[in-house]
Amino acid sequence: MSETVVEIIGLQKAFGPLHVLRGIDLEVRRGEVVCVIGPSGSGKSTLLRCVNLLEQPTGGRVAVGGVELTDPDVDIDAARRRIGMVFQQFNLFSHLTVLDNLTIAQRKVLRRGKAEAEEVARRNLARVGLAEKADAMPAQLSGGQQQRVAIARSLAMDPELMLFDEPTSALDPELVGDVLGVMRTLAEAGMTMLVVTHEMQFAREVADRVLFMDGGVVVEQGPPERVIAAPQHERTRAFLSRVLDPTHQGPNVPAT
Amino acid sequence: MAMSKRKRAQAVRGGQYALLVVVAVVLAVVADWQNIGRAFFNLDVARAQFPEIISTALVNTVTYTVLGFGFGLVLGLILALMRMSSVPPYRWLASIYIEFFRGVPALLVFIAFGFGVPIAFQVRFDIYSTVMLALGLVGAAYMAETIRAGIQAVPKGQVEAARSLGMSQARAMVTVVIPQAFRIILPPLTNELILLTKDSSLIYLLGLATSEYELAKFGRAALNEHQSMTPILIAGLCYLIITIPLSFLSRWLERRTAGGKKVSAPEATGLEVKA
Repeated sequence: MSETVVEIIGLQKAFGPLHVLRGIDLEVRRGEVVCVIGPSGSGKSTLLRCVNLLEQPTGGRVAVGGVELTDPDVDIDAARRRIGMVFQQFNLFSHLTVLDNLTIAQRKVLRRGKAEAEEVARRNLARVGLAEKADAMPAQLSGGQQQRVAIARSLAMDPELMLFDEPTSALDPELVGDVLGVMRTLAEAGMTMLVVTHEMQFAREVADRVLFMDGGVVVEQGPPERVIAAPQHERTRAFLSRVLDPTHQGPNVPAT
Repeated sequence: MAMSKRKRAQAVRGGQYALLVVVAVVLAVVADWQNIGRAFFNLDVARAQFPEIISTALVNTVTYTVLGFGFGLVLGLILALMRMSSVPPYRWLASIYIEFFRGVPALLVFIAFGFGVPIAFQVRFDIYSTVMLALGLVGAAYMAETIRAGIQAVPKGQVEAARSLGMSQARAMVTVVIPQAFRIILPPLTNELILLTKDSSLIYLLGLATSEYELAKFGRAALNEHQSMTPILIAGLCYLIITIPLSFLSRWLERRTAGGKKVSAPEATGLEVKA
């Protein structure tokens, strides 16, 4: 039950002189949903991108499913197959239909046959509520639909871990709910998820654990009812009051 | 007398039309229409050009251009990938090639290819291979830069998504980046094809047999034979038959790409996203 999926030890990342991650330790167990919150520039997206090595860490260890990704001799393509990633900007392949977006990696990477790949694709499209959009082009879909397709595309690879990099930040407010709904269902189905988000409501209701990052370090972490509702650190409190009460008119403590 | 701005603009425009009419009238009166007609519009000479100017010359021009374009496109793609390679010598080689073949006149390349290469390397290609190589080598230098620009215009997120799905760098390039890059560069590539169509007129330098004449060479041969400019005029019109539809195609593709961008605006802004 408490098998470790992600193990990060002493993770460092610098872009030239800019030290973005200053020693992160993190463990995510199977089936756990971990939400990472924090101000922009705090390094939370970089942390996520280091987990599947889209960014090459400058120090420390990252292991997923027992495979050490920071080993220079690791087959990174093989390791990434088991890690789904959902981007802020969806990044659907704009020259392919929705169905082809879901089948192309299955066929070229997992070497599944056409029939099997399409069967898996349609099953996952149905899972995100877009079965009828199989033949549409990405540009014909709303942002929310595109993001749900992107989630389905990752799921079609049968990942053991899903990374979400601010999946709703590029969406119109009325489309956010659909995407969060899909993610919630996914979490309830037992998927291991690492989510960078600004949706405090989602983090509070779905996360098993919330990480607050600032200045490249994890300032505090714990169950959402503690980190979000009763933060221990001043920086967490300041951040949450800005997010939950943007106009600074209410009392300087987060509600609830 | 004070004129309103609008009236003045009208007067100026009227003056311009009047000037145009005067010039046209003067030209019509002064020109020696009989001589011009004999030189350019000799119907007997014109009739004598058919059907060969179509069945041989036009067909050859199109064939040469397609061969050169095809080879140039493949070579251009390889050069573009070399230019962006992580291996420095590949980058240097590609840069040198591109700078060289863009910098020297195609004319010189064809002369070198027609006379230098057969002597230097003791090889003798048939005309189609020679044309394909000569036109392709020149065209590739231009197309390489166009293709590279296209590849770099594909949003970075596309590669990241492909890599996240477990695709290798090469696999992502082939299945995701290059197909999108070609969509982006279709309009400039069509222009490249138009330029190459016209450049194909230079291959007479390679030395052509009668059956290998393309439009320009065909026109010049007929000019010598009939002492009339009429074949040149017809050859020119034949070029337009090829190039005008291509330029319409290019403009249509450009409009379509521009329209497509508008639809996928969120995708297009995905360029500089990084939290």
